[in-house]
Formats: sequence, C-alpha cells, structure tokens
Amino acid sequence: MARQSTLRKENVPKGAAPVLDHLAAVSPPDLDRLIHERMRLGIVSALAANEALTFNDLKRLLKTSDGNLSVHARKLEEGHYITCTKSFHGRMPRTEYRLTPAGRRAFEKYLAHMEALIEAMRDR
Amino acid sequence: MGRVQPIRPSSDAPIAMHDHAMENIRFIRETMEGASSFTAVPGIGGVLMGLTAFAAAPVAARQPTLERWLAVWMGSAVVAFAIGMFAMVRKARSGKLPLLTQPGRKFALGLAPALLVAGLLTVVLYRTGLTDLFPGVWLLLYGTAVTAAGAFSVRVVPAMGFCFLILGAAALFAPAAWANWFLAAGFGGLHVLFGSIIAWRYGG
Repeated sequence: MARQSTLRKENVPKGAAPVLDHLAAVSPPDLDRLIHERMRLGIVSALAANEALTFNDLKRLLKTSDGNLSVHARKLEEGHYITCTKSFHGRMPRTEYRLTPAGRRAFEKYLAHMEALIEAMRDR
Repeated sequence: MGRVQPIRPSSDAPIAMHDHAMENIRFIRETMEGASSFTAVPGIGGVLMGLTAFAAAPVAARQPTLERWLAVWMGSAVVAFAIGMFAMVRKARSGKLPLLTQPGRKFALGLAPALLVAGLLTVVLYRTGLTDLFPGVWLLLYGTAVTAAGAFSVRVVPAMGFCFLILGAAALFAPAAWANWFLAAGFGGLHVLFGSIIAWRYGG
C-alpha cells in the first residue's frame, strides 16, 4: 500500500501531494465498515433523522426485504449503534429502532469523512 | 511496441473516491429526507392546536360584537400557530443535523402562500362586510395550505387538508349562525383527530 502511494505521489502534478496526504488520511481503511455498507448506512441515516422508526417504516423507506433488513439491523445492534425494542401495539407486534449516542457519533464521523474527501478534491 | 502506460492512471483512485463520497452523501441526504417525512408534522402539536380551537369556540360564541368575536379567533390562531411552530422546531432539533432543513423548508413553502392569502382575504372581507364568509374561507385556505405542504409528508397530512377543504366548502353554504360550530369542528376536531393519528402512527 505504502509503495503504491509513493508511486502515485510521483505522478501527480506539483502541489497536489498535500491533497493525496489528506486523502490517505481519510482512505477507505479508516472508514467505519459497519456503517459503510449501503443498507446499514440507510438504516443509520434514517434513524439520524428520527427519534425512532419501526421495522416496517425502515422496510418501506429502504425498499428492502424483511430478511435483508433484519440481518443488517442485527449487525448494527451488535455494534451498539442502534437499539431495538419489541412491544405490542394492540395485538400487533412492533419492533422499534433507535440510534444510540455511539451510533450518532459514528454517523457524524462518517459524514465528516465523506465531506473531507469531497473538500480535498475540490481544493485540488 | 507502443508506450507503456499504467493500467490505472494515478488520478483514478482519488476521483473514484470523490465520486463515491458524493454518491454516499447524496444517498444519506435522500434517505434522511425520506425518513424525516415520517415526523415532519408534529402529531401532539396538532392535538394541542385543536384544543385551543375547542377552548376558543365557546368564548367566541359569547362575544357581543363581530370585532371581539374576530379577536378571539385571531388570538386562538396565533396561539395555535405558536404551538405548531414550537412543536415543529422541537422535532427538527431531535434530528440534530442541518440536513433536516430541506423537508422543513418544503413544508413551510407549501404552507405559507395559502396562509398569507387567508390573512389578506380576512382584511378584505372585513372591510367589505362579507364577514359571514370567514369560516368557509379560513377552513378552505387552511385546507389548501395543509394539502400543499402535506405533498412532502406522509399521506395522512394531505388527507387532513382534504377534510378541511370539504368542511370549508360546506361552511360557505351553511347559515352564519353555525360559524363557531364549523370552526370548532375544523380547527378543533380535525386537528385533534389527525394529530392523534400522526402521534400514534408516526411517533410524536
């Protein structure tokens, strides 16, 4: 990896090296893999805009299947990024998800990563 | 033998990362906008707005002059508006992110024109003496505002706007003595009913 970076720096125009250094600082290995996956990013983004969303809200919003949503929500739950509460609304079971403070921090950090990447290219 | 060129030009990776980052940000924004429509309209705020109309109706009915009757309903509208704004701001803050401003702006832009027209027509109708038209005009224009703003929200919001339109149309052709009943049914009943539905189904 390090060698590749060196080769790239040699090929880039003068003055662009700091940009590449910056990009290296926010390169994919640093990205939060738990959030980076598209479906999980969708779940976290939706929950960042709401105090809580039900399983059906998320399913409708992200246009996905029960199984797919369950798998990804479970991974986020295991990473302590979201919490899941199960209850009954009348006779209907209701699964509700919320973003944890750790999840919100991770989401904000991920957003900052993406913005840094865009800024770095804009400055170039 | 041709020139040897790298399979992947040096600038590819940063550009791809940049595009990917832009794509991700777009996806996040769209998802948040879509998700925020679940709660753009505060249900509990709607119920409280309805209760102010229920409180205003009997007070307005006891007023001896048109001006005082008008003052009661205008006062009720100001209080309800303040409650609605407070509830919306509180909800927007719960998102804690500036990306939320877009759905809020769309909602305000949908709501504002018809409400401004309602204010203007109130002055004109008062000056021309066509005060019997107040309930119908208010309900119709509020219904127009909610239907327009609700286009960016969950279906229950434009449905509420549509009910206001029906009630407003009926009020235009009803006897003037029913004015308080119509206003209580619309601004009170419909707000409480739909506010409860929103609070129950979409959380808060």
